[in-house]
Parts: sequence; C-alpha cells; structure tokens
Amino acid sequence: MKNNLNKGILCAAVAISIASCGNPNSETVEQDATSNTTEVKTEKQGQAFIKDDESQPTVLDIAIGSPDHSTLVAAVQAAQLENALVNAGPLMVFAPINAAFEALPAGTVENLLKPENKEQLAQILKHHVTAGNYSKDFLKKFKKLGQASDLSVKVEVVGDEVFIGGAKIIASVEAGNGIVHVVDKVILPEN
Amino acid sequence: MKKLINSLIVLALVGTAISCSNSESGGKSNKGALASSAAEKVYVAPGEHDEFYAFMSGGYSGNLTVYGLPSGRMFKEIPVFSQFPTSGYGYSEETKPMLNTSFGFVPWDDAHHPDISQTNGELDGRWIFINGNNTPRIARISLTTFETEEIIEVPNSAGNHSSSFITENTEYVVAGTRFSVPIPQKDMPIKDYKSNFKGSLSFISVDPEHGHMDIKFQLMMPGFNYDLSHPGRDKSHGWFFFTTYNTEEANSLLEVNASQNDKDFIAAVNWKKIEEYVNNGGGTMMPANYAHNVYDESTHTATTTMKKEVLTVDPLKVPGAVYFLPTPKSPHGCDVDPSGQYIIGNGKLSADLTVHSFDKMIAAIEAEKFDGEAYGIPILKFEDVLAGTVKSGGLGPLHTEFDGKGNAYTTFFISSEVVKWKLGTWEVIDRKPTYYSVGHLMIPGGNSRKPFGKYVVAMNKITKDRYLPVGPEMEHSAQIYDISGEKMELIYDFPTHGEPHYAAGCPAELLKNNAKKIYRLDENKHPYAITSPDQAKVERKGNEVHIYMSTIRSHFTPDNIEGVKVGDKVYFHITNHEQDFDVPHGFSMIGQNSSELLIMPGQTKTNTWEPKKVGVWPFYCTDFCSALHQEMQGYIRVSPADSDIELSWSLGED
Repeated sequence: MKNNLNKGILCAAVAISIASCGNPNSETVEQDATSNTTEVKTEKQGQAFIKDDESQPTVLDIAIGSPDHSTLVAAVQAAQLENALVNAGPLMVFAPINAAFEALPAGTVENLLKPENKEQLAQILKHHVTAGNYSKDFLKKFKKLGQASDLSVKVEVVGDEVFIGGAKIIASVEAGNGIVHVVDKVILPEN
Repeated sequence: MKKLINSLIVLALVGTAISCSNSESGGKSNKGALASSAAEKVYVAPGEHDEFYAFMSGGYSGNLTVYGLPSGRMFKEIPVFSQFPTSGYGYSEETKPMLNTSFGFVPWDDAHHPDISQTNGELDGRWIFINGNNTPRIARISLTTFETEEIIEVPNSAGNHSSSFITENTEYVVAGTRFSVPIPQKDMPIKDYKSNFKGSLSFISVDPEHGHMDIKFQLMMPGFNYDLSHPGRDKSHGWFFFTTYNTEEANSLLEVNASQNDKDFIAAVNWKKIEEYVNNGGGTMMPANYAHNVYDESTHTATTTMKKEVLTVDPLKVPGAVYFLPTPKSPHGCDVDPSGQYIIGNGKLSADLTVHSFDKMIAAIEAEKFDGEAYGIPILKFEDVLAGTVKSGGLGPLHTEFDGKGNAYTTFFISSEVVKWKLGTWEVIDRKPTYYSVGHLMIPGGNSRKPFGKYVVAMNKITKDRYLPVGPEMEHSAQIYDISGEKMELIYDFPTHGEPHYAAGCPAELLKNNAKKIYRLDENKHPYAITSPDQAKVERKGNEVHIYMSTIRSHFTPDNIEGVKVGDKVYFHITNHEQDFDVPHGFSMIGQNSSELLIMPGQTKTNTWEPKKVGVWPFYCTDFCSALHQEMQGYIRVSPADSDIELSWSLGED
C-alpha cells in the first residue's frame, strides 16, 4: 500500500514536471503579450497562483501532484480553499486518499461538490487541517488537535500507528508550508 | 520508507511550477484600475496633499514611518529605538542617551503598536507613542517636530507586546508584558515557571502639558502571556482589557503546550479603582533599575536618569479591580468598539470572533456570576459576558478596527482577508482578499471614539509576487480599501518599510498646520551652540579637542583647523545657522567610526572623531544644501602625538 501510494505520488510529480498540466499560465502569458492586462489579472488571484519553481512545494502542490488525491483536490477547488492552503500557516493537512472518499455512502461526494453545498464542503475540508507542523512521531504527544473547522479531533496511538479522528496516517510528506499526512479515511466532524 | 518519501519530496520539488488549479477565487474584485475608478480615488495630484497621515510601526526596523493616505507615499522615517545614520540619531552625543537602558546602550528594538494621544476619546494629535518589544521600552514622539522626545524603560517586563495603548484622555500609556518572568529577576530553574513567574501590566502616566512619562504603578498578574490590549472608552472608560494566552503557564514548546485550554482569558482591569488605591497610599514600592531618557528641544540634548524603584500592586489587594473573561482559543487581538460596549477577542486558532459585552460584564460582576478563580482573580461565566459570536468563515482572525458607522473589520491571517461585519447583529457584510497573510489593519481613528471610516489599510506579512522581485528579502505589502460604501473596494497596494505591526492614522488637518519648520536659533540653549560665526572656536582640554562650528550656505566656520594630534578625541559641535525651512546641513569626517550628522536649521549636534593617522584630512557637508554645496568642505591637519603645533582655526585666511 505504502509503496504503491508513494510511487503514485512520484509518478505524478514526474508527469507534472514534463507536462506542466493543461494550465492557464501559458495562455495568460500570451494574453499579456497582446496587451489586455485587465483580463490577465483576473486569471490569478492569490498566493495559490504564484509561479514559483524554486520553493519547496506547499501542502496544496503536494496534494495536486498525487493521483491518489484527485478527489481531495477537486473538493478543495470546489470549496475554493486553495489560497488558504498555500498560506505561511504552518499547516498540517490530513489528506484522505481517493479510496477514503469512495468508502463514504454512495452519492456523498457528488452531493458535497454541488455549488450550493460549498460551505458544508469547506467545513469538512477544514476539519482535515491543523495550524501546526508535527511529524507522525511527534503527534504521539497529543491527545487532541484543534482543527481549522473550530472543532477538535482525537489523536490515538495504537502500537506504532497514529490515528487522527479515527483515520490512520499511512504516509507523510513535508511541505514548504507544513506537512501532509496521508490518511486512509475521511475525518467527519462528530456532530 | 523514509528513502521513498525523500525521493518523493525531491521529485515534487522538480514539479512545482504546477499551480494548474482553477483560477477564480475572488477574482472579480481586481478589475483594472481604470475600470473601477480606483486610480481616481488614490490619485493625489503633484503638489497636492494626502487626506490622512498614517504612522506605521517599523517592526524590526525599530522605527516609525509616516505615510500619506490614500496615496501610500512615504514621507519620513522617524528613528525611535534604532540608531539611524541618516540623521545621526543614536550616534550624536545629544541623542546617544535616548538608547540607554539598564542593559546599557541598546541600539535597536522591535517597534510594534503606535497610538496617537487622545482627549475625550478623540485623537488630539499631540504625540504618538510606540513600544519597543524586545528590551521593554515606551517612546513618545512629538507630532510637531516628528522626532522622538522621550523613552522610558519598563522594568519587570519582557516582550513588551500588549503595549502602547492610550486611555481616552491620555491619562496613561499602558504596557503589558508578553513573557512572564521572575519578579524580581533571580537565578532559578526554568521548569519552576508555573505559579512562580509573574506578568506585569504597567500604567505609565503622561503629564498633560509636556507628555512626560512616569510609571504610576505595575499590576503584578499571574504568569500568563499578555498579548494585546485596548482601553475601554466612553461607557467603559476607566477599564483596560488585555488578551492572554498560555494560561497553561507552559515554559516550553508553547505551540503545543499553550493550546491545551479551550479558553484563555481577556483580563479586565479597572485602572481607576487601582489608581484610587495607589493615590491613597496603596501598593508596594520595590527596588528596580530602569532608564528614563528625555530629549529637551531647547538644548537639543537628551539626558538619562536611572530610576531606582517602582510601585507594584497585587491585584488581590484591590477587590473588584481585576476579572477574567473566558475567551476561546489563544486570543490575539483585543479591540474595543467606539461606544465602549463591545470587547472583541480574536482567537487566533479559531474561526470565530468572540465579542464580550461591557454591560453584561458589569452585571455579571454585580451578580457574582463567577466560574471559579485563577490565582484568586474571579473568572466570569462565559455565557454571562458573551454578547455574540461572529461566524466568519475565515481562518486565523487577528485584529479588528471600526468605522464609526456600526461596522467592524477583522483581519484573517490564514485565509488572507479582511471581513466586514456588523456590531450587534454579528452578520458578515463583506469580505475581501488581501495579498497576503494580513496582520494588523488600520482605519484612521479606528481605535478611538471617533473613527474616520473612509479607508482601511491592511498590513500584510507576506509579499511574494506583489511587486517587482528583489530577491528573497522584500518589504511587506499593504493594501488600501475604500470603505465608504457597503462593500469594500481594493483601491491601491504599496510596499511598507520594515514590518508594520500596527499603525495609527489621523486626518491631515489635525497635524499639518502644527508641524515645525525650523528651530529658532535665538532659542537654542545647547551648551556648545554658537549663535554667531564669530563665536566659532577650538578648545583643548587634555586630549579632548572641542570645535565650536557653524554652518551657513555654503561654508563651515572654521574650515581649516591645525594642532589636532593622533590620540586626540575631537568633538565637532555644529550649529546650523540657517533659519530657512528645509535647509539642513550635513557633516561627515573621513574615517569617522560613527555616522554623519544631519543638522536642522537652528539646531546643534555633536559628533566625535578619533584621528589615527597623521595627515591633512577633509570633512564636508553631506546634504545638497545649495548651488555651492560642493564647495562646502574643510580640512583638519593631524600631527604626530608628540607634536607641539598649537591649535589654530580659520576661515578664508591665507
């Protein structure tokens, strides 16, 4: 599982570096040249859209680069949380893999992705984010974490494994603005 | 596993130029300048003046910068806590005492929260105060000369952060400690912090006529971190409110250990009650050692007095003077609305804002609705003081200012935005992104009874791509929003100097007609001043050589000096004889282990030079003072230490 996952992320990163996504940036450059600066500005609002190929990837970059997190990324984009995820933070993101979303009752994800459910979706996603940056080992010191949702999640240690709100940390990647802990479940607020 | 993750990180690094995500997120607000008429709103035509002054703290520059709003033009950097070679502040003999402390000469500080003096809760434009955070100090700056006039060190304090906020008649400038420490300081194990360290809250009286500061009393509070503060106003005048965090009293890894309690406190201090107690002989005088540095405008000279005691007050000895208001999640900003009714605590790890009601607080105190106590200080019941909660949807709320029209504006660091909400109904009215990660915000008069709610300035911590790139280190960015309408409108963006933590603004009319243009030469009481060039002279006292020098366009008197020897210490006492607005002269000497001097019309400044090499050495004027500026120069002949050449000086002699 771990190996597969890592290979997945790894392949995605390679793919990105080659293909550079079907991205708006290359188009905006051309627009710039044809002088309509007003339009160009509306294309990129906020830190998430800064072109930076020197800094360590942010938690957002890492999620985007992982094919195992395409559902999570789609959800972040639907909730328009990109700019918060590139903030100086520090941010600790518990990133459920696609399979975790698939394990939710049928239709849950589709429903959350509807524009009218944006607030609810944002709340659930924020429940996966802590203002902090702690390694899996260090997390063993905690009993609970205060999440950006304004709610707490339990931290449980079973043997060498760490569970956050019932979701197991299966891999961890350091980011320029924090850390991504890959988890096997979606962490739903208790109420 | 580790290896895999490492290689994953490396590969991720390779592939970061991605940002291939969507591209909306608030894009509508940033149309071209012309389309939204933003350009018109910020355009101040050549020769015209701005509508407001903005005084922005310089943070780690140690200084205070003066800007105009809405243009964002910077007019001046006022040296406060840092040596400033541009003018010689902290280098000249006259200003070196300004930076004296009980730790010796401390030529730098971290300047945080400027606040303009008030009368009846409204800005009066006499002085502006600012705190040095690192080596606890409070400075007072004149708003006629725009120069630092006084700095008082704050003993028993460390990390002077919940400072320097003014009560509504400038009775006090208040300075609270962020870090609690042993009081008095002593050699003890750090792990014994809990219940042994104390947090001091200092009430520094301000003389109504001259502005001179004096520590009236220090309240010795439990060893929490006192983060920010604001005075009560109008109905709550007489109270002062301080946010606290680390009520856990952790001494290590605070990012974990100081976030264990769901709620910390806002400490409500009835300073009028304590003032009365102190005036009736209450309190305990304790030995202390702290510097009080005062600059005298008539002698152009600062002096340091070391003060040896300070009056301390145990809050338990003044019943009814201090209460704790439970406030969620390590509150940072502590802001009071113009009516004095609402006290807002922004839990920086929360999404919501907590608003306490002053009336409810008073009622809860009277009805003794307590939820236990902390070190003997009553904790009021949360639900009995809570006025409301603002469900903002933002992340990382920090600070709030007010427009005087019933609205509040709060910054959110993590979600990078300013959120406008309504006092009383707590509904969110508007939100606009900032670029990026905003800290403080400022509305001129926005923390007084009478805000001027036309613009809000957001001061950001992160700049990234806002301006042309200049390498890894950049000035911080600020954005101005027009707040005259229902929705905020971003109208301008400009870089700020240092790190503005907070700012204070006021209408230009309040200050511009009082700003001094020159110092009168006939009022110059500097002991080394000369009021006429024919008083120019050079005196030897042992190995000290004192040069009484004058400047006028475009020469120094004298400009040829002989008889100086290696090993001497030369004092240049220079009086600028100009009496014409904006005609300073500068002075610099080759090889001087110091800075230049910039001497204003009518002013005297002194700098020293210890010549190490035999020869004939030039000095010159550093300020382009006139068409003959390049001719404004002179020579000093330096002879060997055992030379018997007599002192002589001249101007225009062969």
